[in-house]
Amino acid sequence: MAMPMESPITFSNIGKIRWWQRGLFASQTGYVLLALAALLVIMHFASPYFFTEGNMQNVAKNFSFIAIATLGVTFVIITGGIDLSVGSMMCFSAMITSMVMTELSAPGSPLVHMAVDGKTVLANVPGLILLISLLAGLGVALIAGLVNGFCIAVLGLSPFVTTLGMLSIVRGLGYVVSNGRGSFPGGPDADYFYALTSGDVLGVPVPFIYLVILALTMAVVLHHTSFGRHVFALGGNEKAAELTGIPVVRVKIEVYVICALAAGLQGIIISGWLGSAPANMATSYELNVIAAAVIGGANLAGGIGGPLGAIVGCVLLEVIRNGLVLAQVSSYWQQTLVGVIIILAVLVDRVRSRMT
Amino acid sequence: MTKADATPVLELTGIGKEFGAIRALHDVDMQVFPGEVVGLMGDNGAGKSTLVKIIAGNFRPTHGEMRFAGSAVHFNRPVDARAVGIEVVYQDLALSDNLTAAANVFLGRELKRKFGPIALLDHKAMAARALELFGELRSETRPDDLVKQMSGGQRQAVAIARTRLSNARLVMMDEPTAAISVRQVEQVLGLIHRLKEQGVAVMLISHRMPDVFAVCDRVIVMRRGEKRADKPIHETSPEEVTALITGAKEAA
Repeated sequence: MAMPMESPITFSNIGKIRWWQRGLFASQTGYVLLALAALLVIMHFASPYFFTEGNMQNVAKNFSFIAIATLGVTFVIITGGIDLSVGSMMCFSAMITSMVMTELSAPGSPLVHMAVDGKTVLANVPGLILLISLLAGLGVALIAGLVNGFCIAVLGLSPFVTTLGMLSIVRGLGYVVSNGRGSFPGGPDADYFYALTSGDVLGVPVPFIYLVILALTMAVVLHHTSFGRHVFALGGNEKAAELTGIPVVRVKIEVYVICALAAGLQGIIISGWLGSAPANMATSYELNVIAAAVIGGANLAGGIGGPLGAIVGCVLLEVIRNGLVLAQVSSYWQQTLVGVIIILAVLVDRVRSRMT
Repeated sequence: MTKADATPVLELTGIGKEFGAIRALHDVDMQVFPGEVVGLMGDNGAGKSTLVKIIAGNFRPTHGEMRFAGSAVHFNRPVDARAVGIEVVYQDLALSDNLTAAANVFLGRELKRKFGPIALLDHKAMAARALELFGELRSETRPDDLVKQMSGGQRQAVAIARTRLSNARLVMMDEPTAAISVRQVEQVLGLIHRLKEQGVAVMLISHRMPDVFAVCDRVIVMRRGEKRADKPIHETSPEEVTALITGAKEAA
């Protein structure tokens, strides 16, 4: 993005903003990244176990468990909205996925035809059941996201209230469909399912690989497509966005759908790691997810945020959790500390923007 | 400025607007020529904003006919007005603070480059074109600076550059000098001159008498929904316009 220097304009009295006062360096994400680096150094000296391969894998896996949903909610936060239904959405998608998987594999099920070999027809195509159940799990997320988006963008309800309602609706549905018991991935494709959700490739946990791919995609979408530009414009000045002819309703619905899909995918991945989708899974995860996004620099007022911030926020939360365990501090302190960090991160940013 | 082009860019005949029993506008005729700066003045409730909103496509007139560059037009939505070449610079400028100047100029009509099935933003082309537009407006504005860090005059330049992008033929500016410093007012008036030089017709809606007299070729005074005066600027005076606005003088 080099600016053509043969420009006819001379800037006589408008100074150029220094490189360290713009972009990443002037953002909350930058400061939190610095804090994270400092924390890693401290942890290295505090515990000899911290930088071991096993612990690093553990950390990478654990933060990946909320980071994908955080990417999704970051989209919503950039537009100036909020999605409180992500925790419930994780649970419901995971539950539907494993229920469909089990149901389609069960010989006695009314939904499937039996083949001659005693297995269901679907089970004879490897991976087909898995594919259908994943699509079912993401499908319910898609529907919930559409409903959220419709209520907020078309009916004009407040995002907080709409998604608070959806939090309850989706959690309730989870209890209804499973009768409160939750569900387990089963059938012939369960092994594929576990490999895809909690396996690893060359020692790298697969959730982490998904996270990296999704984060890079998100960076491109946010900064190099007109959709991303419109997402930022919406958060910066919604009325202006409307006046300049941006399809505000469509963009809003799209971000809530993206958020719900990310939460659904996240839930499915978590259930692979847990080996089940209990009905109380991911309860209050929406708070962790939103906290991570905010710590990473997403501004709840809208207009600011990005994938790097989302990941940095998640890593910071996980390193603190991990660090407290290694330092043998009571894990009850964790939540308190997370709260302190949320406030500190936002406070540092406020102080900085006052100074410049 | 001579009226080289005899066809008015905008011609209103007998425009009227009623909201239920309230008559907001009555029988307004007016013409705006290319490269002409027309001041639209009047007290609050005189019908200025209703008139602007009709021209911009926000409202449909109850009576009368609107012609743009010679042909009759009917706008249902603001997009329709924009499509023929009418742009509005809103009082609050309608800019996104968190985006760069170039991003704001191109908001909603971004330049893209195709990479197979994916269309990505062409940052370079947008920055270059924005710089060109700022150059035309002689505004010291960097395309990749955030709008949030800009002065009021620069913001105006960004909003006006947006209208240049679409090659608007009529630009309506709603109180562009209302909330900015003296030095910035000068910049904005300069920007209006630039538009005029390029043959764009400008309608300046303003309360500030000195600004209207500094840039306008003609002044139209509205009062109680009617056009009370339509005079070349050199045939009138601030005193007369004030009298027309307040109603001390009925018509001129």
